[in-house]
Amino acid sequence: MRWSKALTVARIDLRRLFKSRDYWVPMGLLAAIFFILIPWVLLSVVTASTGNDLVSKIGEVIEVLPGQIQQHLPGSTQEAQAGYALAVYLLAPVAIVVPLTISSAVGAHAIVGERERGTGEFLAHSPLTEREIYVGKLIASLVPGFLATALGFTVYSLLVNVKVGPLLGGWFFPTAGWWILILGVVPPFIAVALSVIIWVSSKVRSTAAAQQAASLVSLPVILAAYGVSSGLMFNPIVAALAVGIVAWILAILGLLSGSRSLHRERLLGLGGDGA
Amino acid sequence: MTDGMAEPAIQLSGVTRRFGSVLAVDELTMTVEAGSVAVLLGPNGAGKTTTVRLITGALRSDSGTLRILGLDPGPDGDEVRARCGVVPPKPALYDRLTGRENLDFAAEIFGASREAVLPAAERFGIANALHLEVGGYSTGMRTRLALARAVLHDPEILLLDEPTAGLDPESARAVLDLIRELAGRGRTIVMCTHLLHEAEGIADHVVLMGAGRAREAGDPHELASRYLAEPIVVLDAEDRRALAAVQGRPGVLAVNWNGAVQVRLDSIERLPGLVADLVTAGARITRVEPQVPTLETLYFEMQQSLREEP
Repeated sequence: MRWSKALTVARIDLRRLFKSRDYWVPMGLLAAIFFILIPWVLLSVVTASTGNDLVSKIGEVIEVLPGQIQQHLPGSTQEAQAGYALAVYLLAPVAIVVPLTISSAVGAHAIVGERERGTGEFLAHSPLTEREIYVGKLIASLVPGFLATALGFTVYSLLVNVKVGPLLGGWFFPTAGWWILILGVVPPFIAVALSVIIWVSSKVRSTAAAQQAASLVSLPVILAAYGVSSGLMFNPIVAALAVGIVAWILAILGLLSGSRSLHRERLLGLGGDGA
Repeated sequence: MTDGMAEPAIQLSGVTRRFGSVLAVDELTMTVEAGSVAVLLGPNGAGKTTTVRLITGALRSDSGTLRILGLDPGPDGDEVRARCGVVPPKPALYDRLTGRENLDFAAEIFGASREAVLPAAERFGIANALHLEVGGYSTGMRTRLALARAVLHDPEILLLDEPTAGLDPESARAVLDLIRELAGRGRTIVMCTHLLHEAEGIADHVVLMGAGRAREAGDPHELASRYLAEPIVVLDAEDRRALAAVQGRPGVLAVNWNGAVQVRLDSIERLPGLVADLVTAGARITRVEPQVPTLETLYFEMQQSLREEP
């Protein structure tokens, strides 16, 4: 496989994507809501007042956390502990949900979009191999998710440190668990989902169908991610090793299988849905 | 290569391709010599687009053999496609990208120099719109851009699938000029069309397709002599009533009054005698015009003849 050709496909897809306001405006808003707005509001409420209902409720949540975590929760006040728990444990799944949603939206269009626009005909008659096209599409789908992760993680880290840091005596975020989550777990989870979504995109006849299928695929991955990311925070090293390895194995298997599912006929608009 | 003869650029032998229960190409056999212009004629659904896709290996055949530039487009498809340029029926351009970005993309994929982009765009009169997004292009501009993209890498075979559909006369002429120019440089051209006048004068080889088969194929003149063996001559006179004398003359097979008179003869050699007889009979002849058989005439004659086959 010629990586330069795959990267050319990825680059052109990304260029189209970033010129598509109807894609990146809603996705940017989604990321802003989950990485900035919701954490900002929740952390503001938790850290700004004492004795309110939310702090009490989070206090109750803290009580159900594993004893080891409860003992090691930093902060001398309930607000500080509630802020820490919220920032570190309870908002962790956002780190997976947002990038996954963003990547899924791109991946769903990857092949079927070429068919619908008619540009698949150009790719089908080009000297690119099917694998080069697939890898290019995959990279183009992964990059927005990874970018969202990196940007969101950076902004979220700043936000958390600004809001909760003063209560804890300084900047404390990212924690080890979050580093593991961002570097070791989010990437394979996105890859697993995309391997299925791009495969679906090469099979169906319309973008609408691909999006519906992508939603169905994303849902269990999001649920799994939610559980995994929460678990990671509680016991990061063991969980990250286990989850990361399993996710990467699934991702590699899925991607290998997906790369074989792409045929030129599908780019031409033939052969989908058993035609 | 055998006996010093160049291998044909395109050779299909008994090629069949089905889509489910639909037989798109049925035992298609055709040969296109290197450096020639072949025109695939046929109505919609005749199998022309599928044939183009089979030639580049974008589609695999169910059976039969294909040799394109001496290669099998199945296993060697990537190399075949690198040496072919295709203009599909719809231009297949990325609307969100500018014309320049579309051409740059193609140049990278086909391994052409970026320096080839501007001359290709200038050649089709699209250079001044390269900075614009293709989504805002007219149909003609899109086709011109698709043409520029197809020739960026100077392909050995150019496959044009209905390249002038929806084009203004100027753009259509640019396409035909391109074909003539590339053919003059020894490139092999395959053009699919159902617009017969376009193929007129540029085709070295005509393949009449129907129901996925090559119903007839050959040199247009040879086909004309086969299907239009009975020449038609248009005659006119100062007093047209004098032309009534052609009826029943030796060698006259049919007479059709349409302002002037169209006479179908059994041989063109009958014409001097016929004119002499009319003059002798007192007709003052103002027009004697043997009709040059057009591809359109040929097409319909062939279609008619094939329909009448048992």
